[in-house]
Amino acid sequence: MKKNKIYTLLALLAAIGLLAFLQVNRSEYSYQISILERSAIYAVVAVSMNLLTGFTGLFSLGQAGFMAIGAYVVAILTIPVENRASVYYVDGISPAIANLSCPFWLALILAGVVAAGIAALIGIPVLRLKSDYLAIATLGFSEIIRAVISAPQLNQITNGSYGLKNIPGFPNLFVAFGLCALCILVMVLLINSSYGRAFKALREDEIAAQAMGLNLFRYKQLAFVISSFFTGVGGGLLAMFMRSIDSKTFSITLTYDILLIVVLGGIGSVTGSVLGAFLVTAGREWLRFFDSPLTIGGFQVPLFRSGFRMVVFSILLMVVVLFYSRGIMGSNEFSWDGLGRLIKGIPARFRKGNAQKGDHTS
Amino acid sequence: MSLSTFLQQCLTGISLGGAYALIAIGYTLVYGILRLINFAHGDIFMMAGYFMIFAMSSFPWFIAIPLVFLATILLGVTIERIAYRPLRTAPRMSVMISAIGVSYLLQNLATYLFTALPKGYPEIPLLKKIFQIGGLSASLVTFLTPVLTLIIVYVLIVLINKTKIGMAMRAVSRDYDTASLMGIKINRVITFTFAVGSGLAAVGSILYFTDRMTVFPFSGSLPGLKCFVAAVFGGIGSIPGAVIGGFILGLGETALVAMGFSTFSDAFTFILLIVILLIKPTGLFGEKTTEKV
Repeated sequence: MKKNKIYTLLALLAAIGLLAFLQVNRSEYSYQISILERSAIYAVVAVSMNLLTGFTGLFSLGQAGFMAIGAYVVAILTIPVENRASVYYVDGISPAIANLSCPFWLALILAGVVAAGIAALIGIPVLRLKSDYLAIATLGFSEIIRAVISAPQLNQITNGSYGLKNIPGFPNLFVAFGLCALCILVMVLLINSSYGRAFKALREDEIAAQAMGLNLFRYKQLAFVISSFFTGVGGGLLAMFMRSIDSKTFSITLTYDILLIVVLGGIGSVTGSVLGAFLVTAGREWLRFFDSPLTIGGFQVPLFRSGFRMVVFSILLMVVVLFYSRGIMGSNEFSWDGLGRLIKGIPARFRKGNAQKGDHTS
Repeated sequence: MSLSTFLQQCLTGISLGGAYALIAIGYTLVYGILRLINFAHGDIFMMAGYFMIFAMSSFPWFIAIPLVFLATILLGVTIERIAYRPLRTAPRMSVMISAIGVSYLLQNLATYLFTALPKGYPEIPLLKKIFQIGGLSASLVTFLTPVLTLIIVYVLIVLINKTKIGMAMRAVSRDYDTASLMGIKINRVITFTFAVGSGLAAVGSILYFTDRMTVFPFSGSLPGLKCFVAAVFGGIGSIPGAVIGGFILGLGETALVAMGFSTFSDAFTFILLIVILLIKPTGLFGEKTTEKV
């Protein structure tokens, strides 16, 4: 037990060391840093989706909408006042928000609160629905939110379809990753609390949970609101990361991306979602070589051209869905003992493989 | 608004609604049997649009249309075989995620094969011919769509209520296990259902894209969702319900665009969905289900 704590501490120190290294050399590694930051933000949203889908058993597809709310709240509150005239160059800025500004951490909290508030309102009708109806209704709400944001009638607040830019970024890497880690930590604590156990009871069997005296609607509502809070914060972080946002960023595709991270990592595993976020985001970049023409010994490989990367990526995904439906982690969490077992198990697997081969030839 | 403009808008709405209705039937059929929102249905519809572009580039329209029809059916059946059949016993959520995965794959495949730029949809001169009735003028396709939709719906209802395969479909949608005990080959019925659904998507795509004139890789995703909403509105599993849902959606959307709220025309669909789910969760013609422990 003690050994594991030391391992965790060492891993944490290594992560901080890596961050410090990247912070010092940030101009040199800006590409890698941007991948890591995006992964960390997606990890927050993925864990919050997992809280809903994996732990409470509510299949919601409204992530993009709540992210949009969070992102717009942060953008509206943090764009420097002197830059606002140039951002709202089309219709001018509404006087109500013209001088409204606050530090980014407060804006992030407000982003979460606004998203959670809207989720509480949406939840009243929507959470009465079951499985796929819930999915499609939340998807619908996310589209409605997007339509409202891009409506020309709201040009003075959201700048309609022109989007918002000049959003201040993260002051340094520690803030970016620290905030993401904090969000995930809070969610993990929640999952391990008595509330988390209530959520899991709902997931396993609603009727049984009700019979045990759980207030079904209250816990569903709670899970939905908390998940939306962190999705909103994640959206706010994304706005700070991207520096400029528009309503198209938050289309259904974004929700699907997050869903794929959750599925790949394992539905019901927090560490799986985090791992999935880094793998999917980085994987998209690693697979980038598929997009450029490849020539081997004067022979041009025909399939390699722009767009092939995403095809390969989606095929990989289908393979995971069809053949490894448990994802990377299943519903297990990462532990040092588990990693140890895995490493120890590798030689045994090889031996087993060889033995089977031996049998085959004899 | 003058009467003739009003009628003109109604005509547009009915025509759009007819195309929606045809796609919505595909959702309703599949959901009725597999209890699955076939998220890929909208993308099958989009692929049918691309098939038409390629078929028309080398064949006259009367050969191209059957070709598109066959290709789309083949695509739909293949998707069922590869992506849904292995998950027959898996939890419902996995199948739904698989459907989302297929939709993602088809969109990316279309982007890769045909680029993300909108491609012009071939014109079938006959369908584009302008007709004048009183003060109204519209192309043949506008008049043809609702008529064709109603004929197809009639044929389908006869198919489901009077033929052997229709009876099998009803049995499978009622109870999976009992149906297979009765000697119904479940997989064959499901394949047939996907074939019918995809075929209707092909017809719908010809009617829809002839009016829209361009196809791009994401042109299926929003109409797909809307048509699912239409199916839910009418009561999922019910064909007349899907058709009525499709027409209501088409008319409502056209009305919103005509009134100048075009940005909200997409949101309208989902507001409709939420309203119906609150008032009558099973839809207009849906059957009531009770949950057993």
